[in-house]
Amino acid sequence: MTDKAEHTLPDYRDLPPDVAERMAQIKKRDYVLKIDHVTKEFVQKRSRVKALDDIEFGVHRRELVCVVGPSGCGKSTLIRILAGLEDPTSGHILMDGKSVHGPGADRGMVFQKYTLFPWLDVCQNVMFGIEMAGVSRLEAQRQALQWLQMIGLEQFAKAYPHQLSGGMQQRVAIARALAASPRVLLMDESFSALDAQTRTKMQNYLMEIWRKIDITIVFITHDLDEAIYLADRILVLKPNPGRVEEVIEVPLSRPRRAEQMTSDEFLATKAHLEELIRSFGVPDENAEDEDVKIDLPLLTLVTDKVE
Amino acid sequence: MHSFRASWRLYGRTDRVSRQIFGVLAVLLPLLIWSSVSYLPFVWHPQIMITDPGGEEYLEAGMRMNKSDFARAVKEMQDQHQAVPKGVASNPVYLPSPGQVLKAFVNAFTSTASVGAEHSILQAFWHSIRIIFWGFLISSVIGVPLGVFCGAIPALSRLLEPFVDFFRYLPAPAFGALAVAILGIYDAPKIAIIVIGTLFQQVLVIANTTRQLDFSLVEASRTLGAKGFRLLFRVVIPGILPDLYKDQRILLGWAWTYLIVAELIGTSSGITWFITQQARYQHFDNVFAAIALIGVVGLGTDIVLGLLGRKLFTWKRENG
Repeated sequence: MTDKAEHTLPDYRDLPPDVAERMAQIKKRDYVLKIDHVTKEFVQKRSRVKALDDIEFGVHRRELVCVVGPSGCGKSTLIRILAGLEDPTSGHILMDGKSVHGPGADRGMVFQKYTLFPWLDVCQNVMFGIEMAGVSRLEAQRQALQWLQMIGLEQFAKAYPHQLSGGMQQRVAIARALAASPRVLLMDESFSALDAQTRTKMQNYLMEIWRKIDITIVFITHDLDEAIYLADRILVLKPNPGRVEEVIEVPLSRPRRAEQMTSDEFLATKAHLEELIRSFGVPDENAEDEDVKIDLPLLTLVTDKVE
Repeated sequence: MHSFRASWRLYGRTDRVSRQIFGVLAVLLPLLIWSSVSYLPFVWHPQIMITDPGGEEYLEAGMRMNKSDFARAVKEMQDQHQAVPKGVASNPVYLPSPGQVLKAFVNAFTSTASVGAEHSILQAFWHSIRIIFWGFLISSVIGVPLGVFCGAIPALSRLLEPFVDFFRYLPAPAFGALAVAILGIYDAPKIAIIVIGTLFQQVLVIANTTRQLDFSLVEASRTLGAKGFRLLFRVVIPGILPDLYKDQRILLGWAWTYLIVAELIGTSSGITWFITQQARYQHFDNVFAAIALIGVVGLGTDIVLGLLGRKLFTWKRENG
């Protein structure tokens, strides 16, 4: 970011009127998911490592929250605790005000890895969560087909996961999670294994679904663009131990469009996030290799220049 | 031709044709070596089979002796101006020719005459297959569920596996006398030996396979509301089934190796007993035919099971 550009950028905290109004509306809603003083310690060879330290945060109904932070800030641990796959050392996770323990169908999750059941076809994969809720096979199939229609993969109902591309597999994984009718959809870097083009498509696609169904989304990512593009609010975690550094209200109006990624508000928010993460002193997962100085003598003819 | 040469390189690529060529050669080459040793008198043939004993009193037709001994006998007779013994070069009695073995093999299927106390090859073999079947079935009925539970439930694994590991190292033959004392002298102790030999391996191998299930699938199913027996039957078992099937194929081979011990305790029976007896009578063509039968049936079942597995678990193969 050059000096000249910084002068012209607005403050990321100035919300445009429509966004401010929307934020106020969201805040009036109840908390669906509440993280109540959650601390997580891991025991490693007799020493205790604090991954998360007293995290306090609430997600409103139908809000889209992104969690960002440098590697080692415990964002993956946090989402695993939210999903119930890991127990907090102290503190609680409250769903609609009630404390929950262990995983459950009320919190669906889409993983970074492709986790479709490889022995089931696409339709049977989507049926899985519905059947687990005790719905009959026939009814589950009917609902699953509806979901597949919604994600535009009905012609792949009988295909097996290995026959689909990565993006399609994640689409089915989202449908599978949503079909179990969760209150909250947790996404753990779900798009990071996809190529850039597919990722953008999937982001739009996720927001499209989110608009249409009553679902609250908590999305973990290390991609700042992704976080700003998707989120109503961004929860920034600070590493060692993981603490809430700041909660940013994204000053972008909805519906989001790709053009907004070059808007001043977007750039201002991104500049601030980058600044924050740099201030933690831990290299970002993506930027890890950028500062490496290469100490290599010239091994070609001096006349043979490439740039 | 290019691909044929490439198949010899480290991790080289092969095409269908060269793979088939190698497959055929794998059968033909050993047969060819065996045939040449058997039918070409100059290849090995360290002995002489007597056709006419001549004047030597201790010789008789059909006897085999070393070439040097035969030469001495011939010289002896020449010195005494008596009829010289005659013979043809031959291999030792323990190496019958492919033709002889083939004849014995065909005989096993065509003749109904009993070959001795242990009846025909087929009867003996059928008895063995029954022992294997029951032994492996009983072992699997106990071992597969136990293995899956050990693999999926950490407490059970810690509780049972040390015990199983201990028993695994006790040689199954050591239980022979005990099995006979408890179960009598007929088929029951034989089946018990197969079970003892297979079961403990089975529990450990299958527990290990169960532990290797991709854990993220278990986590994914948990976030979809699966738990307990539903998780076990809808995720764990389908997920490990292809590997479980492969384990069972390998363990079936284990069961066959314990057959040897099993059939020699109590009242001896089955193909092992048949082979032992035929070797005592020096009917090595029958011995080889019986060995070939075991090999062919073993290889045959394995190929059939392999093809069946590929058909059943397409998803596993495609997933690599």
